Amino acid sequence: MTISRRTILKGAAAGSAALASPMFIRNAFAADPIKLGTVFDISGIFDAYGKPIDMAVKLAVKQINDGGGLLGRPVEHIGYDTQSNMALYTQYAQQLTRQDKVDVVHGGILSASREAIRQTLRRANTLYFYNIQYEGGVCDRNCFVTGVTPAQTTEVQIPYTMEKWGKKVYILAADYNYGQLMARWIQKYFKDGGGETVAVDFFPLDVSDFGSTITKIQTAAPDMVYSALVGGAHLSFYRQWAASGMKSRIPLASTTLGVGSEHLVLTPEEGDGIVVCYNYSPELDTPANKAFTTAWADMHGAATVPNIHELAVSNYQGILLWAEAVKAAGSVEQAKVIEALDSGLSLDGPAGKVTIDPKTHHATLDVHLMEMRGQKLNVLESFGARQPIDTQLVCDLVANPDDNQQYEIDI
Amino acid sequence: MDLAAVFILEILYSIAVLVLISAGLAVVFGMMRVINLAHGEFMMMGGYATIVAVQAGVNVYIAMLIVAPLVVGIIGLIVERLVIRFLYGRLVDTMLATWGLSLAFTGAAVMIFGNTTTGVSTPIAGFTLGAYQINGYNFFIIIVSILLLVAAYAILRGTRLGLVARGTMQSADMAAALGYSPDRVYMSTFFVGSALAGLAGGVLAPLVGLVPTWGSAYIAKAFITVISGGASIVLGLLSSATVFGLVSQTFTFLSGPVIGEVALLVAAIILLRLLPQGITGRFFKGRL
Repeated sequence: MTISRRTILKGAAAGSAALASPMFIRNAFAADPIKLGTVFDISGIFDAYGKPIDMAVKLAVKQINDGGGLLGRPVEHIGYDTQSNMALYTQYAQQLTRQDKVDVVHGGILSASREAIRQTLRRANTLYFYNIQYEGGVCDRNCFVTGVTPAQTTEVQIPYTMEKWGKKVYILAADYNYGQLMARWIQKYFKDGGGETVAVDFFPLDVSDFGSTITKIQTAAPDMVYSALVGGAHLSFYRQWAASGMKSRIPLASTTLGVGSEHLVLTPEEGDGIVVCYNYSPELDTPANKAFTTAWADMHGAATVPNIHELAVSNYQGILLWAEAVKAAGSVEQAKVIEALDSGLSLDGPAGKVTIDPKTHHATLDVHLMEMRGQKLNVLESFGARQPIDTQLVCDLVANPDDNQQYEIDI
Repeated sequence: MDLAAVFILEILYSIAVLVLISAGLAVVFGMMRVINLAHGEFMMMGGYATIVAVQAGVNVYIAMLIVAPLVVGIIGLIVERLVIRFLYGRLVDTMLATWGLSLAFTGAAVMIFGNTTTGVSTPIAGFTLGAYQINGYNFFIIIVSILLLVAAYAILRGTRLGLVARGTMQSADMAAALGYSPDRVYMSTFFVGSALAGLAGGVLAPLVGLVPTWGSAYIAKAFITVISGGASIVLGLLSSATVFGLVSQTFTFLSGPVIGEVALLVAAIILLRLLPQGITGRFFKGRL
């Protein structure tokens, strides 16, 4: 066989095409790692959320690799710390898709950070998981949300508290989109249950003096107070509420307290008796959670177990769910993994059963009613398989697979 | 009737908080003309000093009233020796330097304590007034503020120390000619100002969830109070705190905290438009 100039050129062209598209080549070698990209705020003002998430991601990747990897290939974790800086999200998302060419991205904590990277990942055809509880409404076939949305928890929490305490509620909420939306959901469920909202007060995030609010609440004499307050300054409310001796007079429920491990900051006298409802508590008494907390303690030390919060567990479950989908699809390709996830795939995680809802690409989750007691979130009652009914009102990816926006949900 | 009493208490408390957070700034800015943008961070450090001391087993009152002012006063002393003393009379330069300091202090607090919320519980129980429950700690803050104002007035008015300090602020050259070192007077005045900021941080710490950026929430209010107060330290502080406390609490009570904050700012703008020299530039002129 003679080697002409033409065949050499052909060979070179094929070679460079192969280099330019490592996706094809990688599948040819069994030992090539599958790349899992993450972007989280591990330092900066949101590090209380991001650090446990990062630990959870590392645990999930370790467990997958200890179990022999995926499709006979190890999983390589490529993580970037966005330092609580929204601008870095865009930059690192570009880096993950263009330079590192990852197979999936799990990332984002605040809604703003999710919206900063969602379109980049969609354009790059890189599968995206947002594993955080948020206000709901995202409708994007490439984006899977495994955190709880407002209706999933309040739907359970409000009937319980109404039955226990009464019909009149006073709502306190943080003055930005989460607080505003949450206040609307709380009002809706009280109205549905025949209850009444006596007042709604919104607070800018830097307000730390609640003296006059506490007086106003007493004047209104509600049966209970619902708080959707957010952040360090707002934590003052619980302290001042207890200091004025109101805790024994009007009971409190919250939709936010404890997500950033706030129950560890409040003393038992300040926190005891507050009713919350989340997807996860370290106190959950299930075999899956026992196994999870034991594995966590082995890897990160037993002292960090009380810091495990819902956001960390959601991300842990999100990664394992993705891994299940990859196994089911027999491939890491975006289209095939989405198809596998849409087939009603589910996972028994530490927080309960997680099932992807193909219509919204949100998750059907278990939620747990809890009461703070002795700086712990003690589980009162668990509710299985709560549908993401808020996002279901506006989003149907089966009918409109090309939909790509975050809806504001009218209630 | 009960409601009126509670309402009056809330207003008094609000005035007391403004006096407390502005007192240190009134000394540093009002007397020395140093724009200390790190004032909020001095308060934040006072808060952390209190919490660390309480966790180490110190009585909470000693931690708030002695440890916090002392620690922050000493930090203020170091800052004055290393930075501020080279910048007296250079308004813009001090702003830049103290702004940098505020960032550095916040960063240092993040490194030491982490970016999480900490706190101590209030040491005083709530009590009942008619049909209402009231935070007992509010009384404590009101009393501390009253004592603070009385002490400041007595020291500035009645002691040789106060006279020398006032004289130096009025004319440093003349004070030097009479044998007093302006350098040392400035140093000790800055110490007192920092200690007062530390006291404010310490006393307010049990009411809030403390984070390293906590101080920035107070800096604007403190400046507004001091500037609107005008030239007199004690009377200026008291009069502007009274106006703003009354306005913000009334509006908070009538509508909500957002409107309360807005009302405070609007009141400040109107006040400074009508009285550019501050309240004491017009009334109580020449008094302390």
